[in-house]
Amino acid sequence: MRPNRSVGIVGWGAYVPKYRITSKELARAWGKDWKKYAARILVEEKSVPGIDEDTFTIAYEAAKNAIRRARVDPSEIKAVFVGTESKPYAVKPTATMLAEALMIGGEERLTLGADFEFACKAGSEAMQAVIGLVGSRMIDYGLAVGADTAQGAPGDALEYTASAGGAAFVIGTEDKSVARIVGTCSYVTDTPDFWRRQLAKYPSHTSGFTGKPAYFTHIINASKKLMEEMGTSPKDYDYVVFHQPNGKFPLKVAKMLGFTEEQVKPGLITPFIGNTYSASSMIGLAAVLDIAKPGETILVTSFGSGAGSDSFHIEVSDRIEEVRNCVPRVIDFIKKKVYVDYAIYSRNRRMIIMPAGIGDY
Amino acid sequence: MWAYRLNIPSHWRLLSERYRLAGGYCENCGHKMFPKQKICPKCGSEKIKPVELPRRGKVITYTIVQTPPRGFEYYTPYILAIIELEDGTRVFGQLTDIEPSEIQEGMEVEMTIRKVRVSGESGAIAYAYKFRPLE
Repeated sequence: MRPNRSVGIVGWGAYVPKYRITSKELARAWGKDWKKYAARILVEEKSVPGIDEDTFTIAYEAAKNAIRRARVDPSEIKAVFVGTESKPYAVKPTATMLAEALMIGGEERLTLGADFEFACKAGSEAMQAVIGLVGSRMIDYGLAVGADTAQGAPGDALEYTASAGGAAFVIGTEDKSVARIVGTCSYVTDTPDFWRRQLAKYPSHTSGFTGKPAYFTHIINASKKLMEEMGTSPKDYDYVVFHQPNGKFPLKVAKMLGFTEEQVKPGLITPFIGNTYSASSMIGLAAVLDIAKPGETILVTSFGSGAGSDSFHIEVSDRIEEVRNCVPRVIDFIKKKVYVDYAIYSRNRRMIIMPAGIGDY
Repeated sequence: MWAYRLNIPSHWRLLSERYRLAGGYCENCGHKMFPKQKICPKCGSEKIKPVELPRRGKVITYTIVQTPPRGFEYYTPYILAIIELEDGTRVFGQLTDIEPSEIQEGMEVEMTIRKVRVSGESGAIAYAYKFRPLE
C-alpha cells in the first residue's frame, strides 16, 4: 500500500519506566529453575511501571518527546491514535486524555482521537491510520502512539517478558519528515494464539501455538509481500525491526527471511526491557532512528496476536540529524534503571489486594 | 464501606492546571501564581489571565508522608514538596520516581503527569502533575 502523497515520520519519541526486575528474580519468586525455564528466551530483565504509571502516563511521555522532535505546534496535529491493550479505562479513550494534556488540536481540540486495539500491533495499526489520513490530504500531521503496561499472569511464562513502555510518532508530509514511509503492507488471519476476554485481568495463550502459525507466519508473509511490492530484498535494508515478544523470536524470523543479526540487533530492545506489547516494534524503530543516518533504509514488521502484521519500508532523510538529540534516546531510557524485587514489583503492578475501603489506590 | 470517589466536575474544571500546570498571571503587577486565583495576592488586581508555567524547577522544602490519608496507602511513603519553578512561581506537589532517602533541598525536578488517586475498581482515575528528579 502506498499513500497518494508522500508521508514520513516527522518526530519520534519513546519512554520506558525506570524500574526493572530481573528474570532470575521472577524465577526465584515462583521456585523455577531460571536456566531451564527463562534463560532461553533471552530476556535478562524487564521494565516495571512505577506505582503511579499506566498506559496514559507512558503515552504522554512518549508523545511529548515525539512532538518535541517534530517541532510541530500541537494545534497542527489533527489526529491522535493510541494503540494499546492495557487501556486505563475499558470505555473512555486514552487519546482524549492525551489530546487534553498536550493541547493536540489546539485550544479548540479540533482533532480526531481514538484508541486502537490489536494485541501487540495496535501501535503500528495507529500508524497505518495516520499514514492514510496524511496521505489522502485529510490532515497534515497526526500522532500515533503504542503504549502498554503489559499483563502477564503471576507465575505464567508471559510474566518473564510482559513489561511497560511506549513509543510515539508524529507523521506528516514528506518534506518535513526525518524518514519517509515509502510503502506498507498489512496481513491478518483469524489465529487464536493469545487473547484476553472481557473483564479478564490477564491474557491467555496457547503456548507452542504462538510461534509458527502466529508470529512467524504473519511476520514472514507481511515482510515478504512488502519486499515484493517494493522490489527489494533483505540486503537492501540497513536495519530490520520485528515485533519482539522475547529476545529469541526476532533473531529467528530474521534468519528465516534472510536478514543478518547485524541488521536486527540495533532495534532489538526486548532483551533489556522486556516485551512492551503495543510499543514493542515501535520502540525498536525509535532505537534505530536514534542512530540511523540519512539515506539508510529500515524494514519494520509488527505482529499482533489474533493475528496480524503491519510491515513498513522506511527511508531516512537528512533532517534526522537536526532533531536526533533534542530529547532522550531509547538507550538513555535503557540505562536509567532501578532494580526492584518481586515484592515491590507486585505492589507496583497492583497484584496485592488491599482490604476493602483501604488503599483504593 | 468507605470509598474515595473523585469529584468529577471539580477535577474536570481543573484539568488545565493538573495536566499542563496552568497558573495565573496578573496583568497589573506581573505576578505569577499557582493555582490561578481571582484576585492577585500581591496587588489586589482582578486582571488575572491564565498562563502555562515552566515545567522545571527546584525543591525548596519537603515532607515525607508516612501516615497517609485514606486512598494513598499504596503510595506510602511519598514526598510532598514546594517547588520553585524556573520563573520563580512556587507550586505545591507530590514527587515521584524517587525514594525518600534521595530527596534533597535544591534538587532539580521536572513536571510529569501521573496517577494521583484512583476511585476503586470502577471509579474515575485522577491524573495530575507530579515532579520527578531531573537527570
